Amino acid sequence: MTATKTDAPVTATNDKSPAPAGEPLGSARSERVSALVQQHGALAVLVVVSLVASFSFDSFATGDNISNMATSSAFLAIVALGMTFVIITGGIDLSVGSLFALGGVLAAWGSRHGTLVALLLPLVVCGAIGVVNGLLVARSRLAPFIVTLAAMLGARGLMLALTDEGANTYLIGKGSFLAELGQGSTLGLGNPVWITLGLFVAGAVVLRRTRFGQHVYAVGGNEDAAALMGAPVARTKILVYTMSGVLAGLAGALNAAWLASGVTILGNGMELEAIAAVVIGGTLLTGGLGYVSGALVGVLLLKVIQNVINQIGSLDSSYQQVVSGAFLAVVVVAQTWLGRRRQLM
Amino acid sequence: MAEAALKTVPLDRTRILQWLQTYGVYAGVALLLVVNTVITPHFLSAENFRTQAVQVAPVIIVALGMALVIGTEGVDLSVGAVMALAASVTALYLGYGLVPALLVVAVFAAAVGFANGALVAFIGVQPIVATLALMVGGRGLALVLLPQLEDLRNPALASLGSGDVLGIPYLILIAAVLAGLVAFVVRRTTFGRQLLAIGDSRPAAQLAGLPVRRVLIVVYVVCALLAAVAGVLATARLQASDPTSLGNLMELSAITAVVVGGTPLTGGRVNIAGTVAGAVLIQLLTATLIKHDLPPSWTQIAQAIVIVCAVYAARGRGKR
Repeated sequence: MTATKTDAPVTATNDKSPAPAGEPLGSARSERVSALVQQHGALAVLVVVSLVASFSFDSFATGDNISNMATSSAFLAIVALGMTFVIITGGIDLSVGSLFALGGVLAAWGSRHGTLVALLLPLVVCGAIGVVNGLLVARSRLAPFIVTLAAMLGARGLMLALTDEGANTYLIGKGSFLAELGQGSTLGLGNPVWITLGLFVAGAVVLRRTRFGQHVYAVGGNEDAAALMGAPVARTKILVYTMSGVLAGLAGALNAAWLASGVTILGNGMELEAIAAVVIGGTLLTGGLGYVSGALVGVLLLKVIQNVINQIGSLDSSYQQVVSGAFLAVVVVAQTWLGRRRQLM
Repeated sequence: MAEAALKTVPLDRTRILQWLQTYGVYAGVALLLVVNTVITPHFLSAENFRTQAVQVAPVIIVALGMALVIGTEGVDLSVGAVMALAASVTALYLGYGLVPALLVVAVFAAAVGFANGALVAFIGVQPIVATLALMVGGRGLALVLLPQLEDLRNPALASLGSGDVLGIPYLILIAAVLAGLVAFVVRRTTFGRQLLAIGDSRPAAQLAGLPVRRVLIVVYVVCALLAAVAGVLATARLQASDPTSLGNLMELSAITAVVVGGTPLTGGRVNIAGTVAGAVLIQLLTATLIKHDLPPSWTQIAQAIVIVCAVYAARGRGKR
């Protein structure tokens, strides 16, 4: 049953243990392969797609195109980073798209009162909504899906109320620090890209090397067991939703700085894009297993696919949705199979 | 003494919660009706009721399918995309006549529902992700088939959208018949019992020998078909096919109606009358706020609060 999958690494792993390829050894190996495919499958696809695209289209591997893709990926990546933490705890945050829009509008509105206000306001307000999400999920034990759905509606309502029902677009003045933060570039890459990379490194360290990170995995793996071991389940959950809110607000603020205005129609469907990116990157929606790097790879893969479809001039941009949807389905099916095999063994 | 006091307090609270969960949505509808009769001019006109009912009919139809899916402890995010798909397929095949076009729509919708069901039942993907994939892909397919809004000139379709029997629009009649049918299936048929059993505990249903996979697939197909009906009716009312915006956020409206109507997200229980009342409640709330010139932003905030309150009330029962 697993013969085809295990064929490749046999030579690599066999030299150390000359035992006959019995059931336990074979299963251990195929488990390792499953884990490898789960964690790095998206990266392999990303590399292949990028290589094929750069051979097929002259305009793909140019500096301009790459830096464009990187900047436009940055905002989604920041949102996906927060989503990764939430999903590893076994939850989900549907409010990030609205918080992204709200963060952008708040930053643009606040930029009249100084840079500090413009940066802090979105983080504080979106973080506060995240706290409410976390409290309702962790303390009142409501389903994350429905709580954040309500927050999505509420945050969008708040954003519309701030902008006279979306009729008013606040602008960010040229030459301000905020505009520089969004539009400027360092060493050829846009500032948002550097911020995103910094956040991902910090996120990886937090998830892998801190007590909080271990609690996140423990809560997602088995909540009751985590509680019995003495992990602060409620606090971890509240923190995770707060982080997701803050990061979505930050991404919105950076995006507004990049566009020099708080655009009100952004962020629709962004929660779904972020979830798709996180899942494609190998994080299990059931919680307990996931990688920060996977979210980054997932976002890049979605954006590269988008870019490739735009390069094929004859294809309408709606094909991009068809391809993304089909891709997500394939990844999820593959993940479920791999995951089931690992559980069975 | 102390024990007795401790016992009565939570009992009262659970009793209130239970009451709220069973009758809260009807009380809400009644309250809004009474308030509106007092404060809204021309509220009690037949014309107003007709408008409200025609507006809410597609939401009710979608929410019926959603209630079935939620009853199996699932959720279907692809309903809005299926509505859009139904709209664009209707536009493409309307040249062959209304009935052939509807048949093709049914085939497309059933295919989407089957894909959802197969992902959930055979492969074991979580419903929220499986239907998310179909939601993204389905809307894309709808746009590929019909890139922009197209006016439809077909007398049969027009009469479906705006015709009436004895003053009651077809839309309302269809929604009422479908609601009755779904309620009957849930309460009185083997299939309904199996559906609820699966929602209660899928492993137990499996051990009891129920055809779990078949039931799940049928549920997702039915949900997609109902969404397609809503999509065709909405298209007929508009007299135009609009795959870009038709059904946007419909999944949220439908889930809200189901949850507000007292169907727990944990599955095993389906309240069809409550679902219909839930859709009506949201419609009335929105209409009230709009008629009093409150901006849409407040409507959304109000909806958010209603959802959280409804889920909070439902929590009491879910726990025991």
